[in-house]
Amino acid sequence: MGNLVIVEHDNNEVAAATLHAVTAAQQIGGDIDLLVAGESCGSVADAAAKIAGVNAVKVADDAKFGHHLAENLATLIVEVAPAYSHVLASATTFGKNVMPRAAALLDKAQISEIVEVKSPDTFVRPIYAGNALATVQSSDEIKMITVRTIKFEAAAAEGGSANVEAISGGVDAGLSSWVSQAVSNNDQVDLTSAKIVVSGGRGMQSGDNFGMLHSVADKLGAAVGASRAAVDSGFVPNEFQVGQTGKVIAPDLYIAVGISGAIQHLAGMKESKVIVAINNDSEAPIFQVADYGLVADLFEAVPELDAAL
Amino acid sequence: MVCVKRVLDPQVKARVKADGSGVDLANAKMTMNPFCENALEEALRLREAGTADEIIVASVGGGKTEETLRHGLAMGADRAIQVVTEDALEPLAIAKVLKNIAEQEDVGLVLAGKQAIDDDSNQTAQMLSALLGWSLATFCSDIKFDGDKATVIREVDAGLETIEVKMPAVMSADLRLNEPRYVKLPDVMKAKRKPMDKIELDSLGLDTANRLTTLQVEEPEGRAAGVIVNSVSELVEKLRNEAKVI
Repeated sequence: MGNLVIVEHDNNEVAAATLHAVTAAQQIGGDIDLLVAGESCGSVADAAAKIAGVNAVKVADDAKFGHHLAENLATLIVEVAPAYSHVLASATTFGKNVMPRAAALLDKAQISEIVEVKSPDTFVRPIYAGNALATVQSSDEIKMITVRTIKFEAAAAEGGSANVEAISGGVDAGLSSWVSQAVSNNDQVDLTSAKIVVSGGRGMQSGDNFGMLHSVADKLGAAVGASRAAVDSGFVPNEFQVGQTGKVIAPDLYIAVGISGAIQHLAGMKESKVIVAINNDSEAPIFQVADYGLVADLFEAVPELDAAL
Repeated sequence: MVCVKRVLDPQVKARVKADGSGVDLANAKMTMNPFCENALEEALRLREAGTADEIIVASVGGGKTEETLRHGLAMGADRAIQVVTEDALEPLAIAKVLKNIAEQEDVGLVLAGKQAIDDDSNQTAQMLSALLGWSLATFCSDIKFDGDKATVIREVDAGLETIEVKMPAVMSADLRLNEPRYVKLPDVMKAKRKPMDKIELDSLGLDTANRLTTLQVEEPEGRAAGVIVNSVSELVEKLRNEAKVI
């Protein structure tokens, strides 16, 4: 029956997260088709056709899909999905928004944020902020899946030569309309794909103090992240948030500065290869997951670190 | 209508049962899911602003679900509906139940938390919107109503997205939507006298069969113990020469 992967994109480029969902589909086995729904998204379709291992790319180029509104996009997925045994999307805010809407219309369960494929009907997913892993078996004839990207390598973006097929379908539900998008106006490294991340928590005390972290990050080619406490305190915008309800990341090096290590924060970063914690409280739970801990006043340690790099 | 869920307290670390059948909730501290509190707080503010007339808190679950609904009443909801079942329903089934209640009660807006912090599914609001055929606004951090539509700011991976949705709608709350109020003792007393309807799940005649079978629940592999370094220079040396990550 095969896999259908819903491509996340901005009408120009394929989002990196989709490449990880393609790998999950490869592990399930069978053909892999991609669905590109957007407006003036020809370049996305061309790029999608080059992803290694892809059989066909179905492109629905229509104004009603221009902003990926869930109500419209779900109607298209519902029309296309029955030809497949598995429908996958990345577990980003894009996938989390539209996939359950489509799943319910199909009267199918969704298996959220899988981290492992055991067999075509059995998957592992984290629950309780990653403090437990559940192995679940699906009895649905179409498995609706979102994929936690950090647990699957990215498929090669080049090397494939899939057929591109234009399709029509779906309806304009006329329920929602897109107004605007405010993207943080900075040129910082992408948090979800960065090899090194420097994150600050409540201990940073202010948004201005995040300048120290940006300076260190610049030297390391790193992205800057934050704990929920720092976001809730207004130090930085939400898109910096790492945690159970923010971004889940797994860089080679994660430097946690002034972060206590609440359960919900650990859920977003404990898969990092090497974790460094800098905190003046030696009892902070972050030290339990840190490979290297430094008990120190961050306002002394961070400038010193900056100077040493 | 505000949909709420009873979950393990977010400050408590989940313990996996030795037989791998699930997470041990016996005697554990339970609470209203934090995102559900945000959803309820938003509804209370709508009523205070004159936008909403009445607030119903609804939940699906066993006996002790009543405690969570009472907490919602103490926060300020007008009445509660508990759909009673001892089964652990999946989000699709919950959405079917909530659709039934929303239609029976003829509600004009459903607010829910974006995610329950126990199963981390992040599905119910989206599924409910689909079954009702209503507008959907997920991960809301700001909601403004204007007649038969609402302008919503959504927290998305790239930043903030603003959309306009026609009412009725299902909206899911993110944490920055508001700061939920604390419950005062007199409110707890008052909540005991507020109406609490109990509906047996079986009486609704819905297909709420689970589609997923949990084969095993296990603890993730722990991280090996790390070391405490004594200085920034020692840290940099280890990152360069031992971990080789910079």
